Amino acid sequence: MENTPTSAAGREWVEDRIRVGDLDLEIVRGGSGRPLLVLHEELGYPGWMRWQTALVRDRTLLIPMHPGFGRTARLDWITSVRDLSAFYGRVLRENRLAPLDVIGFSLGGWIAAEMAVDNPAQFRRMILVGAAGVRPPQGEIFDLYNVTVNAYLRASVADPESTPEFDRLFAADDPLQRMEAWEEARIQTARLAWKPYMYNPSLPHLLQGVRGLPTELIWGSEDRVVPLSAARAYQGAIAGSQLRIIAAAGHRPEIENPAQFVNLVRQFLD
Amino acid sequence: MMIMYFSERPYLGGLPEEEIVRRRSFFGLPNTYFDANHGARLLNEYIDEKVYAEELGFDALALNEHHGTPFCMVAVMNVEAAVLARLTNKARIVLVGNPLPVVGNPLRLAEELAMIDMISGGRLVSGWIRGTGCETIFNSANPAYNREMLNEAHELIIRAWTQPGPFRFEGKHFHYRFVCPWVLPVQKPHPPIWIPGIFSPESVIFAARNRYPYVALSTGLESTIQMWNLYAQTAAEQGYQAGPECFGYQQKVFVAETEEKAEELGRMDMFGGNWMNYGRPEWMFPPGYNSREVNRRMAQAATSLVRNVPIPEEFKVEDELRKYHGPDYDAARRSEMLMVGTPKTIIPRLRRLMRIIRPGVLGFCQNDGPIGRQARLTSMRLLAREVIPALKETARELGLQDPLERRIGERPLPSSGKPEPVASVEELAS
Repeated sequence: MENTPTSAAGREWVEDRIRVGDLDLEIVRGGSGRPLLVLHEELGYPGWMRWQTALVRDRTLLIPMHPGFGRTARLDWITSVRDLSAFYGRVLRENRLAPLDVIGFSLGGWIAAEMAVDNPAQFRRMILVGAAGVRPPQGEIFDLYNVTVNAYLRASVADPESTPEFDRLFAADDPLQRMEAWEEARIQTARLAWKPYMYNPSLPHLLQGVRGLPTELIWGSEDRVVPLSAARAYQGAIAGSQLRIIAAAGHRPEIENPAQFVNLVRQFLD
Repeated sequence: MMIMYFSERPYLGGLPEEEIVRRRSFFGLPNTYFDANHGARLLNEYIDEKVYAEELGFDALALNEHHGTPFCMVAVMNVEAAVLARLTNKARIVLVGNPLPVVGNPLRLAEELAMIDMISGGRLVSGWIRGTGCETIFNSANPAYNREMLNEAHELIIRAWTQPGPFRFEGKHFHYRFVCPWVLPVQKPHPPIWIPGIFSPESVIFAARNRYPYVALSTGLESTIQMWNLYAQTAAEQGYQAGPECFGYQQKVFVAETEEKAEELGRMDMFGGNWMNYGRPEWMFPPGYNSREVNRRMAQAATSLVRNVPIPEEFKVEDELRKYHGPDYDAARRSEMLMVGTPKTIIPRLRRLMRIIRPGVLGFCQNDGPIGRQARLTSMRLLAREVIPALKETARELGLQDPLERRIGERPLPSSGKPEPVASVEELAS
């Protein structure tokens, strides 16, 4: 890892980068202690929230911006989540980060699951939060491309009004830049997951071969983006995995009920 | 100059205008409103109308397609083009155009177009477009690869038409192990190709680089001049002077025997808000469809896309309808986006348009709204018998040659290297 982090005074995190082949992988890093890899969602990295503040007391959070998202440049040859998961396998190998804990949100959960299929030994423990990647037996994954970003974000929580950090999803010094970042994220997600939308038909079959990886699935009971039935499909596919449902939360339990979310994460990882 | 006849061939009758406005979208209106028998009658009427246009003396019949919308019933224009190829004798059949990124199988498209050219005896003019965002959504074509797929499909079709087969094609998006179509266009080396558009600068540049005419679809005079200038500048970089043969323009026109009647037709054109409600922004502009620059321009115009406001925004359907049929209609008339009148009042306005943008091809577009059949036929007849002869005269005076009369690229650049103007801004100001 290059040692040129930039940080504003008082922040719990710094911006850093890792060289992978010809690419500078931009990364947000914060805290100290055992590393936890955080894989972000389809609209890009939503920013530093309370749950991260709670976890960095005794964990080092490593949050890469996937190629094509945020400030990390796009790699033209990455056209599927399988490509991306193999890319991250290389990142872990070359930086001697494996085995480490991982938490993936939505699209990021799918990436983590594919990485587990590639090589379960690269993870110590895995948490999937509202993960895409498996076709829900009941219901459909909410289509990002059928609505505006605003509508998608509103659908991603059970109740925007009672989610204190909901407005922070929109926070920006420059609204135009914010919109463009979402737009770039939506373009890159289209490259990765346009059709079939947000799942890989082979993933549940391949996950049956993953053994010995302690896995926790965290889902909001009211998830309108990835229906709860997908969580049960994950649970059936990954041997020994446990499902934790956060009542009255939607697709973002980490900001809808950060206290319970952080407790679940700590209990599982520690 | 070539004169084209065009209409959107909408599904008319029984459409809930309020519902379209409430959704802010023709696209995606539930097809429970669709009656197949009624639709079948309309489709045949529209085909008859095109045959009538040829009888009246229009030089070309322009066809388009849209998907999932009553705005345009023709979902597969190649079917309609094939019918017209057999039913007509001399008019050019101009496709404005095939949406290359959404067709999925460009080799099959090359075959379909070759058959249309063969059946019509070499009257096909092929047009390549990207398709609106709605077409992309409807056909589940990945918008992130829209332009890449356009370019690659274009390359494949030209090669399928011109390169002896069999050969193999390995692209990024299209892969064919055996390209060897046993139907080929009768026009050699291939049918003319035109690029229709509504102002995507990349498409204008693409057209100029390939020496294809650019056909602006009712884009308004000021934007059209900007596009022409971009084309001319790109042409100069390629070493040639652009002229009327490089440009086509589609103008919306309704002609009737009296001003009052024409006015009535024009107002119907605003049904449901017309293009303003073609499709919601999330369907019109899927990610990757527009370049960053185009998005930026649009974002500055539509802050609601940027800010955290609940969707749908609040509005009253009655207010919107009043606006479309009132101030919006008046604005369209003022800007000449919409021309309505009698032959006597229309001719000078069209002549002015010709002096300003100097198009080699002029298309007349009518019938977006619920306009009755007799009124449509009357408008066509008045255009053909009274308006077009006067315009052809003007075209001769102005030297407006179409791309079949004059090959693009023949005009040398001035020795200064700086292209001569292709439109008249002075005339616009007058």
